[in-house]
Amino acid sequence: MDMAIQLTGIEKSRNGKIRVRAKSKSNTAIKLLIFVLLAISVIALLTFDYKDIDLGKAIADTFANIKTVFLAPKLSRGTLADILYQLLVTFCLGALSTVFGMILAFFCSLLCAQNIADKRIANVVKSIVAFVRAVPTVLWVLIFAISAGLGSVAAVLGLTFHSFAYLTKVYAEAIEEIDSGTIEALRASGAGFWQIITQAILPSSLSYMVAWTFMRFEINFTNAVAMGAAAGAGGIGFNLFMAGSFYFDLREMGALTYIVVIAVVLLEMLSTKIKSKAK
Amino acid sequence: MKKKENILAVRKVTYAVVAAVIALIYFGAAYITEFKMSEGIAAFPGAFLWIAENLMPDEQAISRIPKILSKLLETTLLSVAVTVFAAVCAFLFSLLGTRTTKINPIIGKAVRIVAAFFRNVPDVVWAMLLMFSFGQNILTGFLALFFTTFGLLTRAFIETIDEVSSSCVEALNATGANFIQCVFQGIIPSSLTGIVSWVLYMIETNIRSSTLIGMLTATGIGYLFDMYYKMLQFPSAGLIVLFMVILVIVIEGISNKIRRVIM
Repeated sequence: MDMAIQLTGIEKSRNGKIRVRAKSKSNTAIKLLIFVLLAISVIALLTFDYKDIDLGKAIADTFANIKTVFLAPKLSRGTLADILYQLLVTFCLGALSTVFGMILAFFCSLLCAQNIADKRIANVVKSIVAFVRAVPTVLWVLIFAISAGLGSVAAVLGLTFHSFAYLTKVYAEAIEEIDSGTIEALRASGAGFWQIITQAILPSSLSYMVAWTFMRFEINFTNAVAMGAAAGAGGIGFNLFMAGSFYFDLREMGALTYIVVIAVVLLEMLSTKIKSKAK
Repeated sequence: MKKKENILAVRKVTYAVVAAVIALIYFGAAYITEFKMSEGIAAFPGAFLWIAENLMPDEQAISRIPKILSKLLETTLLSVAVTVFAAVCAFLFSLLGTRTTKINPIIGKAVRIVAAFFRNVPDVVWAMLLMFSFGQNILTGFLALFFTTFGLLTRAFIETIDEVSSSCVEALNATGANFIQCVFQGIIPSSLTGIVSWVLYMIETNIRSSTLIGMLTATGIGYLFDMYYKMLQFPSAGLIVLFMVILVIVIEGISNKIRRVIM
């Protein structure tokens, strides 16, 4: 077999067919990964505790509820103006946390981008950022709520923390992509740290940063809706929570959902536009 | 010389405009949400003191470690299972939606709209909606995460396939390959790394979101945290945060390693 390969240079499988796809490390790795993931999923489904649920009834009920929520929406508590104001509050929660996250992330990314930062400081900053990112947003909000009380302050701080960690990573990557020659040339001509930042780093990565920041704003908006529901942070999320878990008013939930969905779709369209311009 | 000054002047104006817009957003948003900077800054020491105090578990918290770990395992399994099933469905669905396979432009449009719908209805809404019919069951969280993951992955897969596979599918079509052959010989081999990368990303995201969903549906690790938090047993709650951090960092590390091997 070895001889055959050497002679012809063509790899053949056991039954003599010519191999079409080359064996490579990455192909085997992907196959292994897919197998492992499927195995975990099957094990997961077999070991979950379903508490003797009546699946047929539950599914039928779900469809009935989906029908009520999405096909018969109706606002009964509060006027449309009230709800739109709550939407604006959610929007502002997202905007505030994006602004704070952006400012913090900008300075931290300067400390941890490989081409301009000190290696030791970069490693420390990167570990802190990894820690901050690993804690789910809702847990940050609740941790801040211990000292600030439930409300907009805790929500904004919690959302800020996660956006800060996310944006630091993105900004650092943007800075690392800058041609090292530009920075070197400025350094050689005697430019200081801030001059390098304002004349080399910002001009070449600003549009990229703006696009990612806006994308983060989109995420923060949906997160702000969730925080309103799960952590009592106010805004339209709180209305949703009250309609769903307190009044059990499906039709109200439907109306609120539509308002949120329309807002998210509009943001997504704007974000796509900004992204295509930034490229 | 004159041109250079121009560039510098333009830069200064750009920075000033960006700074002004940011300041405007800050003041407007702070006014509407009644956010006070002083309160925000004042909350920092308290929060970090809380973390520092409660990262050291007390006896009660240590006795709860097995329970916490089993819930954490359940959350991890749930996130993987949800992502894998959503990925399988989303892949089949995205085959109908890509321009690459050219099945039918109307079906393609419909697929995109359905995906956008599932993606944009917040998972909070799905969770509360499913609570009515499924109750406090693990399936509530499973389905809530499934719907949003499905919507997100469908869009991601459609974009990946359109970007990577269109030229080789065109070539296969020209040689007379049928739909099945195009999928297995063209789309899957060329877009698999992109798809796997998205799946890994969604597993990480879903572990984090399942905490939130757990709080709303009274299941999993989110419920456990919420319970300890509301009973003011902060060392136990702090222990959950600590384990969560370890879990997420480990999973992030594993998926980064895998990405490096397969890319």
